[in-house]
Amino acid sequence: MADKKSKKVRGRTPMPHQEAAERAHNFGEVALGYSREQALIEAERCLQCKKPLCREGCPVNIDIKGFIGALVDDDLHGAYDIIRKTNSLPAVCGRVCPQENQCEGMCVLGKKHEPVAIGRLERYVADAFMAESACEEVTDLDTCALTRADRKVACIGSGPASLTVAGYLAGRGLKVDVYEALHEPGGVLIYGIPEFRLPKTVVAREIDGLKKLGVTFHTNWVGGRTITIQDLFEQGYDAVFVGVGAGLPRFLGVPGENLVGVFSANEYLTRVNLGRAYDFPNHDTPAYRGRHVVVLGAGNVAMDAARTALRMDAKSVTIVYRRTEEEMPARKEEITHAVEEGVRLSCLCGPVLFHGDNQGRLKAMTVQKMRLGEPDDSGRCAPVCIEGETEQLKCDMAIIAVGTRPNPILLEATPELELTRWGYIAADPETCETSIPNVFAGGDIVTGAATVISAMGAGRRAAAEIAKRLL
Amino acid sequence: MGYKIVKKAELIPGQTTMMVIEAPQVAKKAKPGNFVMLRVSETGERIPLTIADCDREAGTVTIVYLVVGKTTAEMNTLKEGGEFLDVCGPLGRPTHIEKSGTVVCVGGGTGIAAMHHIAKGHVEAGNRVIAIVGARSKNLLLFCSELSSFCPELRIATDDGSEGHKGFVTEVLQEILETEDEIAEVVAIGPVPMMEAVCRVTLPFKVKTTVSLNSIMVDGIGMCGACRCTVGGKTLFACVDGPEFDGHKVDFAELRTRLWQFREQEEESMEKFSQECQCHGR
Ligand SMILES: Cc1cc2nc3c(=O)[nH]c(=O)nc-3n(C[C@H](O)[C@H](O)[C@H](O)COP(=O)(O)OP(=O)(O)OC[C@H]3O[C@@H](n4cnc5c(N)ncnc54)[C@H](O)[C@@H]3O)c2cc1C
Ligand SMILES: Cc1cc2nc3c(=O)[nH]c(=O)nc-3n(C[C@H](O)[C@H](O)[C@H](O)COP(=O)(O)OP(=O)(O)OC[C@H]3O[C@@H](n4cnc5c(N)ncnc54)[C@H](O)[C@@H]3O)c2cc1C
Ligand code: FES
Repeated sequence: MADKKSKKVRGRTPMPHQEAAERAHNFGEVALGYSREQALIEAERCLQCKKPLCREGCPVNIDIKGFIGALVDDDLHGAYDIIRKTNSLPAVCGRVCPQENQCEGMCVLGKKHEPVAIGRLERYVADAFMAESACEEVTDLDTCALTRADRKVACIGSGPASLTVAGYLAGRGLKVDVYEALHEPGGVLIYGIPEFRLPKTVVAREIDGLKKLGVTFHTNWVGGRTITIQDLFEQGYDAVFVGVGAGLPRFLGVPGENLVGVFSANEYLTRVNLGRAYDFPNHDTPAYRGRHVVVLGAGNVAMDAARTALRMDAKSVTIVYRRTEEEMPARKEEITHAVEEGVRLSCLCGPVLFHGDNQGRLKAMTVQKMRLGEPDDSGRCAPVCIEGETEQLKCDMAIIAVGTRPNPILLEATPELELTRWGYIAADPETCETSIPNVFAGGDIVTGAATVISAMGAGRRAAAEIAKRLL
Repeated sequence: MGYKIVKKAELIPGQTTMMVIEAPQVAKKAKPGNFVMLRVSETGERIPLTIADCDREAGTVTIVYLVVGKTTAEMNTLKEGGEFLDVCGPLGRPTHIEKSGTVVCVGGGTGIAAMHHIAKGHVEAGNRVIAIVGARSKNLLLFCSELSSFCPELRIATDDGSEGHKGFVTEVLQEILETEDEIAEVVAIGPVPMMEAVCRVTLPFKVKTTVSLNSIMVDGIGMCGACRCTVGGKTLFACVDGPEFDGHKVDFAELRTRLWQFREQEEESMEKFSQECQCHGR
């Protein structure tokens, strides 16, 4: 372990990557993961602080010091068990969490040097454990037997929030049934985040683990349509968790937005990920193959859409954003990866108009030049139009990634469910209970589009409360 | 777990097929105007089809489809007793049905099947229903006997005059609008040009006209916006805000263009399927 007093602190162990030039043309994973040696070297950088701050930065409160300590002792199983105690999807989180704002953001080493690469270590532990011991390890735990088979819980939606609820409760012997509207469980992890960042096999493995814990997944069941919350109680469920995400895409409201060639990021990514359109025509779902692609927005979703378009053989991909690179909401790492792969950033530009040809196909768009003004409510500088300065960009495909709204299906079918003034479900911050007793909600449908780990955090709080009531 | 095909009937061989599929949870909730998303196999595409009928007791839903491309052609190779991998529903807002007086239900082509379910709903609600069905020729008419079993006023139009009025459904509709006193609503389901023509006919009579839009869909649950259309100048999602809309407000030209978005890939897919299908068949 690194000595606090030693003057020389080693830098972070770099993550091996697929070369940018190569990976821009395939869907293979970009970050390849640490080897055992790399993981040990990195683990040894941890100072094992008396009062570790990193843990406070973790929304699901992983005992980070503990698992890294076990890793240093070469106890892979021990490390995995520690993580699994509070995090049911470590292989996912190790890949997609914004650690720089969470655990790593709090790491003491980060004050003067680079923080310990906690996310990479988490991923290593999950991957290495899975490769070695597979899922039997998880299921052999005696806690997995159905201790209270008379009590059952339903989850609506199967994103990270519901998966966490399912894992937590099934691990404590409750019967959990998950109802998912799409044909594949996993939520955004399956239909949104692309293969090159989060391979489907990783998600499938986590879901298999839950199945082995006795969780049943019912796909093609739409909450509010195929089954309502009331139906669930009538069928004998003792509690219902709602984790339906915030999937309805926003559009810009700019003329020409419905031209052929203009898509929401959700549509594009769903076609490519859930529909496997990258393998068309071996898979039937097609995706539009734009040659000159413009992406509007600069969050993680925009980066994923842009990098996907590159891999679908676009000649050029340009991100159009109203502010500057500094303000981009995407993770720095994702922006860097995108730029390395050849995505162009066109900052201080706002969309004004889409132009179509005589067949209704997109051929160009006009953008308005902006400059940064005073900071707005969000604390970021508000973009201000520079009067009269516009530019035309040639493009045959535009992908709109400017956020989402709550999906109305379940909410309309459940009028007694109280909503916030933004239309999301109002839930108690501590227990996640909604205005309907024993109905809990968490994840994006409560907070609006957020992160995997915050959805999981809500799932944990809800599950803890459900367990308290039912066990 | 698949969804079993308990009955399959080629209503018009090689062109239009009816299937009765076991999906009790969908049948239990299905209402006229709802649709399902279904998928044939692991590599298949999700496609939307209207629920043309349902039997709660038997736990089945009926679909009627026109073979237009890869998925519908592949569906035609499925046999009675075979299975769909996925059937999801009931989706979309159901038809708004209340006791309102006289309702004219217009159906064209495969749309007749979907219209029949809605007409039935209106009859059950106590409305007088005048049904108009149209096809190119007599042998392409569908669901006439089912319709006449509950709807005494069934009018037929064929392009070639082989049955009923010679000409389009719109001509029959025009005549009804001119002769009948109070028409509460006209419902039109069928090919886009037909629905558009119906709206043109009803506009001067200021009769409420409902159409069902068949825009391209991906998820069918409001998560992608593929199905968006312009209605009354606003962008709406056919799968969650529709699929039925006020026909006088729909931008049909936009709908037509958007339906052709993926033409090249659809052709490629169909081409590949026909080649593979031929070598297997022989
Ligand atoms: C492209 C993309 C990239 C992202 N990248 C990151 C990242 O790198 N890091 C990160 O932390 N976060 C990322 N996020 C955000 C993160 O994925 C979400 O915050 C998180 O998945 C929310 O989880 P959830 O459980 O609330 O819902 P979701 O993951 O949205 O899952 C909800 C599920 O419910 C289903 N559903 C909806 N309505 C119904 C209904 N009526 N009945 C039944 N089922 C229903 C949906 O089909 C879906 O499967 C990204 C999001 C996207 C779209
Ligand atoms: C709410 C709704 C209800 C429908 N009900 C019926 C019905 O009862 N009977 C029926 O025959 N057809 C119906 N359709 C149309 C049907 O979904 C398409 O014909 C079908 O998807 C064609 O698939 P394909 O692979 O065979 O053809 P493709 O080769 O993929 O396409 C042929 C044509 O079908 C349209 N199409 C393709 N993919 C889709 C898609 N995912 N969603 C919608 N349209 C698509 C295209 O515009 C194209 O013109 C309905 C559509 C909607 C939106
Ligand atoms: S089909 Fe995706 S939103 Fe309607």
